[in-house]
Parts: sequence; structure tokens; C-alpha cells
Amino acid sequence: MNTALRELEAEAVYVIREVVAQFERPALLFSGGKDSTVIAHLASKAFAPAPIPFPLLHVDTGHNFPETLEFRDRLVERLGIRLAVHYVQDSIDAGLVSEETGPRASRNALQTVTLLSAISALNLDACIGGARRDEEKARAKERFFSHRNTQGQWDPKSQRPELWNLFDGRKHKGEHFRVFPLNNWTELDVWRYIAAEAIELPSLYFSHERETIERDGTLWAWIEYIQPEPGEVPVKRRVRFRTVGDATCTAAMLSEAATVEDVIRELLELRVSERASRMDDRRSESAMEDRKARGYF
Amino acid sequence: MAADLQDAQLDLIRISIAGSVDDGKSTLLGRLLLETGQIYEDQYAALERGSAHRGEASVNLAHLTDGLKAEREQNITIDVAYRYMTTPTRRFIIADTPGHQQYTRNMVTGASTADAALILVDVQNGVTDQTRRHLFICSMLGIPQVAVIVNKMDLVDYAETAFTAIQTELKALVGRLQMPPLTYIATSAVVGDNVMRRTDAMPWHIGPTVLEFMEGLSAATWLNPPELRIPVQYVVRPDRTFRGYAGRIASGTVRRGDELLALPSRQHAKVERLSNVDGPADEAGTGENVIIELDRNVDVSRGDLLVRPRNAPFATRAFEAIVCWMGNARSVRGKSYALRQTTREVSATITEVMYRFDVATYHRENVTELGANDIGRVAIQTGQPMFLDTYQHNRAIGAFILIDSITNEVVAAGTVTSTARTDEAAELVSEAPVVWLIGLSGAGKSTIADAVAERLRLQGVPVARLDGDDLRGGLNSDLGFSPEDRRENLRRAAHVAKLFARAGNVTVCSFITPTEADRALVREVIGESFIETYVKASLETCEGRDVKGHYKRARAGELPDFTGIGSVFEEPKHSELVLDSEGTAVDECATRLTELINERR
Ligand SMILES: Nc1nc2c(ncn2[C@@H]2O[C@H](COP(=O)(O)OP(=O)(O)O)[C@@H](O)[C@H]2O)c(=O)[nH]1
Repeated sequence: MNTALRELEAEAVYVIREVVAQFERPALLFSGGKDSTVIAHLASKAFAPAPIPFPLLHVDTGHNFPETLEFRDRLVERLGIRLAVHYVQDSIDAGLVSEETGPRASRNALQTVTLLSAISALNLDACIGGARRDEEKARAKERFFSHRNTQGQWDPKSQRPELWNLFDGRKHKGEHFRVFPLNNWTELDVWRYIAAEAIELPSLYFSHERETIERDGTLWAWIEYIQPEPGEVPVKRRVRFRTVGDATCTAAMLSEAATVEDVIRELLELRVSERASRMDDRRSESAMEDRKARGYF
Repeated sequence: MAADLQDAQLDLIRISIAGSVDDGKSTLLGRLLLETGQIYEDQYAALERGSAHRGEASVNLAHLTDGLKAEREQNITIDVAYRYMTTPTRRFIIADTPGHQQYTRNMVTGASTADAALILVDVQNGVTDQTRRHLFICSMLGIPQVAVIVNKMDLVDYAETAFTAIQTELKALVGRLQMPPLTYIATSAVVGDNVMRRTDAMPWHIGPTVLEFMEGLSAATWLNPPELRIPVQYVVRPDRTFRGYAGRIASGTVRRGDELLALPSRQHAKVERLSNVDGPADEAGTGENVIIELDRNVDVSRGDLLVRPRNAPFATRAFEAIVCWMGNARSVRGKSYALRQTTREVSATITEVMYRFDVATYHRENVTELGANDIGRVAIQTGQPMFLDTYQHNRAIGAFILIDSITNEVVAAGTVTSTARTDEAAELVSEAPVVWLIGLSGAGKSTIADAVAERLRLQGVPVARLDGDDLRGGLNSDLGFSPEDRRENLRRAAHVAKLFARAGNVTVCSFITPTEADRALVREVIGESFIETYVKASLETCEGRDVKGHYKRARAGELPDFTGIGSVFEEPKHSELVLDSEGTAVDECATRLTELINERR
């Protein structure tokens, strides 16, 4: 492991331990993606030989790749960690949100409501997330300990200063924190770490053959949750996913990268950003910031 | 795995970058990121779309790094943003600190973790208040590597004189601050001169390019204090059979079997087992996250400190600090704040605001409270004991924040400058060391002792000096040079030294101390904290130096009991350190002794 990665690992472990020390009921937000998987790995290292002292929370849009769920259940079993699943479908049934319709419908935005109701149902005071500052412009200013008000909202203009490694997790009743141990990691760091630590990932991250459709120059998995538009025909392609989340907003990319090493090599040559494959970010230049302000991950 | 896939040698460097609005900071950063290949095609395309939408003639690199919507709309950067850049040899985390509203607070935040700082100056505006403020903050935070980037050289026809004028002004200025020498770089961020590469524009420029400066940085330039400090972060206790203390080592090295002292309980225990993030380990060093199991039950919880028994920090409830005020409400004397230092949280009050720095002129102003973005010196009292090293000596231990206990806002960031002990706290720690320099008259004892005392003072360590000649002038003026009087002289000196040490001062004493019996006596009075140091020089050398003319007078019979001539100097056998003043420069002697003291502190 290179010295920079070792330092990033140490920083993340410190932050994860700090969460457990400062909060009463933290949870790890789990998406099935590589970032939350890396955090689960770091957490198991942070507390060994004790088990991870917080549960995994999965906000399930119902639009999953089967590989994700299968991977999640195996991970939970292996780490001996508790799993809480909250369903967007329940929020829809309760009339808290209404579903988007049409070929581009996505439940991604609805997750926010389900997440906030899970936080209040489980009485969570901190949610550890896998977001990184390099992912998107609005995230470049994110803190390690990011305060959310009683409505679950982020106020980018009145963030608490964060100095040295002194994190201020004090809060009032009903407020909570999002904590981002991987803040200073880049996508490449994550993959190099996965390689160095031989961390298992869902097979979706590696090249495989899949039925896909092309829409606006982007490839989408041909799955039951995506409504075809006229003229769209699925084609078998060798693809992999660069980010994994809700199946309706995770784009595939053509790739032959079958191993972690292949992926790193591919990333070193790649010219588009990770989030280019997420539909939700393309809606406007400040899309991410707006969603964050509302309480998104 | 192939080397290029893991990059074994990649060092992580944290940089903070600051400038006034429009000095070109965003343009410079945008260029660095773009030209080192950190910007993806889709990000660049979004930038082009944005620039076209705003009706800008060319792509505005500055917008690559402007994150928040409000900032884009108002065209200002308002919060610290972090950028990532990798070159073949370095991995950078760049804290981009805005130069507009809340400048001081933001820069202090961004620079708090920095190994190096880049400060931008617009050559047309020259050195501004903002520049002085930035340099002051670098000095307050002790940032070891600082470059001043004189930008927009294209607008002054790349005139060397414009650059050197700024350089000359700044050289005079930083002479008044405690700072390492600055690096000066002349650039045009818009054109790209001296950013990534030298161009033909400024053949006179002898400094590095911005990229060369960055690639020459090292993460290891911080003082790496040797003393062991492990703030306990969390107690791992899954069941009755396991109890481990988790923490990130702030400084020093811990090994299996080491004897540790837990503060504040002052209980001793040995390290039975030790693990780092990869599992069981025999030893772990600075920066590593460890879990320590002790060989017996001691009272330890979050916020406690594990140290070596002979090398404890100052225990105190009162200390002085430089603070940067960050809260919107002004500081209130006597109000109870929460203070967080390492993993420890205590209640604290500001008992006095001594002064505020005018960060543009560096003058001290008498004030009674601090407002947002003020930097000043304050006295702080805490409700529970604190275990402190000064910030200059140990960054991880000497840094703290103040939190408003009602609003939970971070209202101040501080660096400990000196510690004052309360009587109760004095009981909590081992005594400071007493360094006893022995040797012939003229061997160099006083010179080395003075040099050591000066170094310790610079580290913020309280020091006392005792010298044979001084004592004989006052306290011991009733004593002569008979063996009995000499013994009495030393006995009194030893007791005085012990009192100084007990009050927390490293006490540096220079006395000839001619016989082994004398030395045993002093050792007995002072006890464990005694460090005997022999400053060795032959009689011929000392007599040859004869700084005070004593040897001449002794040879002439005027000083009958003069050591080495009329009375014996026994070769020391039990010295902890021998400094050969004939073969070693004073500086080197002082370094070796200071290191020993710091180890024993
Ligand atoms: N001529 C010239 N203009 C520059 C240079 N660097 C930046 N600028 C311009 O100065 C203005 C402010 O730059 P910007 O990077 O936004 O400054 P910031 O506020 O420090 O981030 C912009 O119009 C830039 O194009 C330079 O080296 N030469």
C-alpha cells in the first residue's frame, strides 16, 4: 500500500472510531456500492477483534440489481453486523411521496424521504456515508462531521469549521450528523485500496455481458424497472458499472476490465468522471447541491 | 502487482492556498488541475457550457473550483473547499481557502492540517493587508513550508523589478514573524508562465515553478516530537474478556511490554498486547491507530492520555494560547465554553484577553474581548486538568477548539503557547528534569547550558538556569572554596534546582562539581529527574582558553584551591551524557543535550 493510501486509511479509521465515541446510535448507510463496502471493511479493522458496533442501513428503492442484494446479505453475514432495511415502497404506500412516471422515472429522489423517516424511526444520531469530496463540486466543501438540522437538511453556508482532527459532533435533540470517512479519497484511491486489501465487491463492478439500451449516449441495464422508449432495443454488450446504486440511475460503461487491476488500469486512462454515469446529476449544474440541501446522502 | 498500479512511493501532502479576491487563486488552481489531468472531459464540458451561458469569451478556469451555487451567483468563494491532485511523485490535498468574507477563519481552518501553504499576491496590488494576514496565520500555525506566488506578471510586462520589490518588502516583514524562509515564484496563471513550466517570459526568474515547489514538498518537515502521547479515543469492550484502548498515536512509539502512565488517574500499567489496523503488532508509531491492552485494570476512558512515566506532559488547569475567534458572537470573559483538545473535552473559561494582534501591522492592541476573525492571546482556565505540550512542540497535543455549549458552534481555534501550573496539578506530574553540567572551568558548561535553555524556550518549554558564578554572587556569598564550603554551595544549589523543577521548569545548572562525592550528593537531593552531563575538555585546553584569566591567577598562587590546579577534578564515571567540547561544536552539543532532555521530559 502506498504511503498516501496508508495515511488515508488511518484518517478514515480515526473518523469511524470518533463516530462511535461521540454518538449513541450511529449507522452505516449501505448502497451496495464500492465506497460503502470499503467503509464496512475499514470499520471491521477499526474495532477488531470486537465486531462492528453499529448496524448497516439500506434504503431500498426496490429497484435493485439482484447481485447487490445477494452481495449485501453475504457481507452482513461475514461481518456479523446487523442490517436494517427501509423501503421506498413503504413511503409510497404511506402517501409520503408519489412515484415518478414515464420512461425516465427514478426512485432515486424518493430515497431522501425514506432515509429521513428511517433516521427518525431508528432514532439515529449519525449516519456514516461513503461520499467523497472529489465526486462533485458541491461535495468539495463537505466536512467529515456534517451537521443536519431537525429537518435533515444541510446548510452549506453555516457549516461548522473543522480544524486539525478535532470533530465537533455536539447537537441538539432531533438533529443528526452525516459522517464521511472517505472525504479525502479519490476514486483511484478507493480502487487501489480494494486491490491492496483484496476486498470483495459485487460482480457488477467487473466486465460482464448484459442486455443494455443506449439513451442520450449512455448505456443502461435492460431491467424490468426501466420503461423503454419507442425504438429502444436491448443489445448485448460487455459492460461494467462504475458506481452501483439504484438500478434506474446507474449507467453502465463498455469495459473489458475483469479484475481489480484491470479496473485500475482502465481508470488511469479514463477521461470522464465517475458521476457522469449517474442520471440524477445531469439534471442541472447544481443538482447535487440542491439534493444535499434537502437531505440526500 | 505492477508498481504503477500501487505507486509505493506516493507521499500525501496537505497544502493550503490563499489569496485576496481576484488575485487569481481559482485560475491558478484550475490550471494546475487541468494540466495535471485531474479534470475529466465531462467536467470540462460542463465548464464550457457554464462559461458560454454567462457570456464569457473564453473558458473560465476559475469556475472549475467554485463549488456552491451561491458562490457561482455572487462570483465569490465562501467556504474552504478541498481539491485533489496527483503527480508522479506526490498526492496532494489542497485546501482552497477563500479570500473574501470570513477570510481569517477560513484560512485558519484550511491551514490547520497543512504541511505547506501557497499565498497569492497580485503583482499590481503588491503586498496587502490580506498578504500580511495570511503570513501571520502561517506563522501562528507553524506551517513549515510557505511559497509566495506573485501573480499576473503579464500585466506588468514581466518586469523583474516589480517582483523583487515585493520580495524585498516581504523579506523585511517575515523577519518579524517566527517563520521559515519563504520561496518566491513569479507567475501568470492565465498564460501559464511558471505554473507547470518555465516559459520564455521571465528568463530572470531563478525560483522554482509552482509545480516544482509542490513536488519538492515533504510531509516530514514537522517537528516529530519523540515523547509518547496516545490520546484515548474509545474503549473497545465487546465482552468481559476484552478491554482495549483505541487511539491514534499523536507522537512517539509504543512497544509491547512498555510501561505506561495513564493520565489523569496516574496509574501505571504495562502494554500486554498491541494491535494496529492490520492486527497484532510489536510496536507502533506516530499516526497509527492502535488498540492497547494493559496488563492490569486501570482507570482509563475516552479523553485520557497514555504516556511514558518519565516523560509526562504538563498537567494544568490554566494556560495561555493564541486563538482565532470564529464565532459570530464575541468572546465573553468568564463564560463557560466546552474545550476540545485531542479526544478530551473539558469546560473552560477565558480569564483574560491579553491582546489582539492587528494582523496587518502585527501590532498588539489592548482589547477585552475578541470578535469574529480576530486573533489574540488569551489566558484560559479549565474545570478539569489538561495534559498539554505547547503547539510549537507538539501540534497534535497543543491544538484545541472552543465550542459554545448552548449553540454547539465552534467559536475559536487555539494553539497552546505556555502552560502555568496550579498547585494541585503540580502533584499530578513527574518533576521536570534537572540537567547538571559538570566540568572544568572553561570547559564550556555555561555556553552549552545557555544554548540549551534558549532552545527549550523557543519550544515553549519553561526553563530555569542556575550557574555557579551567579549563586556565589548572592545566595552563597558567605561561602569560600574549602572542600566543606564547596559541598555546601552544591547542596544549596541542588535544593534550589529541585524547587524550580518541581514548579515545572526544566532546570539547567552549570557547576564544576569536582568530585564523585559532590555529584552523588546532588543526585541524592534531586532524585530521579537528575541528568548528569559531563562537558569534557582537557586541562591544557581549558587553561589555554582561560576566558576569565582564572588559570593564570591560580598558577600565580592567587587562587589556592582552584580546580585542576590546586584541587582535584575527578573524572566523572556516572554521567548520563558526555559532551566532548574539544571535538564537538557548541551547536551540536546543545542539540544532543536538548534531545536527551526532550526524551526525558
Ligand atoms: N492577466 C492576468 N489575469 C489573471 C491572472 N490570473 C487570474 N487572472 C484574472 O483575474 C481574475 C480573477 O481571477 P480568479 O482566479 O477568479 O481569482 P480568485 O478570486 O483569486 O480566485 C479573472 O478575471 C482571471 O482571469 C494572470 O496571471 N494574469
